[in-house]
Amino acid sequence: MKAKIRKIAVTVEETLREMGRDISPPTRKAVAVAVIENPFAGRYEDDLSDLMEIGAELGGVLGERCVQALGIKPEDAESYGKSAMVGENGELEHAAAILHPKLGAPLRKAVEKGAALVPSSKKMGSPGQVLDVPLGHKDAAYVRSHFDGIEVTLNDAPRANEIMVAVAVTDSGRPLPRVGGLKAEDAEGVDGLR
Amino acid sequence: MPELKVRKTIESVEDIWHEGGPRADTPYRRAWVMSVIQNPFAGSYASEIQPFMEDLKPLGLQMAKRLIALMGGAENVEGYGKGAIIGSAGEIEHGALWHAPGGYAMREMLGAERSKAIVPSTKKVGGVGARLDVPVTHVTASYVRSHFDSIEVGCNDAPRADEMALILVMTNGARIHNRAGGLEAGEIEGKDGLR
Repeated sequence: MKAKIRKIAVTVEETLREMGRDISPPTRKAVAVAVIENPFAGRYEDDLSDLMEIGAELGGVLGERCVQALGIKPEDAESYGKSAMVGENGELEHAAAILHPKLGAPLRKAVEKGAALVPSSKKMGSPGQVLDVPLGHKDAAYVRSHFDGIEVTLNDAPRANEIMVAVAVTDSGRPLPRVGGLKAEDAEGVDGLR
Repeated sequence: MPELKVRKTIESVEDIWHEGGPRADTPYRRAWVMSVIQNPFAGSYASEIQPFMEDLKPLGLQMAKRLIALMGGAENVEGYGKGAIIGSAGEIEHGALWHAPGGYAMREMLGAERSKAIVPSTKKVGGVGARLDVPVTHVTASYVRSHFDSIEVGCNDAPRADEMALILVMTNGARIHNRAGGLEAGEIEGKDGLR
């Protein structure tokens, strides 16, 4: 493995009630985050292909950890997202290299299909900062009930020479969706949008 | 007593391979479970609150079971701790109701023989998104220095004013690069819960 992983944390959040109403079945979101060494910390590097390879590795590892933590079959995943936070000795472009070129394909394998673009966010940060991972339906980006996000934070990461890479997967949308738009059951899931 | 109402459950596992030193083959694991429940005493002073401890017992056992599953079995559990964050319409005393049901649930699941040590704890009144550093010590002997640790927990939308967040935590061993000496896990007598 190219990625030098210091730690991995996986969190599952389950909502059983909201505004006095039972949510049945509960909505569930998982986020898996890896803390890796930034191979380019402290210097400018033109060729970021090592980070692209790391992205490919982590897309699979973190996607599988989410699915496993939710205890679902890959095809039962409903939405996903990805994010990275780069420690102060790196640059924002390092996050882009991890997230965009190669992370998606292995993640899609972990959640089966995934016709839609994987929504993403990135930032520079320091230990304890909060990273908000956006969520969107995995097969049809316009499914309105599944637009959401999940926070991830680790008190000791990212250190200056590290990068935090997060993947989020759910088996459901928001707890009480009622703002209309395309419904999950009406989605075709062919073009990734509708 | 009103029925126990759980709004959300959060479970989390952190695997640590190193912290700048030698990489471990088996990672140090920290896991936590948080249940966000309605605080039945929020908003007014009640002098009789102890019956709620009974209501919390089944929740404690359920959370301990989930936590042990996250640890991959009771045999992997070497450290534990507990905590509570009480929403702003409650008081610190409400959090104290978690001591017995939370602690004894873990000790029951781990067996009396192994879990002789008091379960370390912390609690506070906090707003939505408050974080809590939950202390961790060895399950059999509190003085085992390698196992002193803490786990930061929290949830961005809890506890609301009329809620409580109840937390249990477990670890599978010593800190990843422990080398601060003191009583070692291999040297404990395992009788008084301390050494």
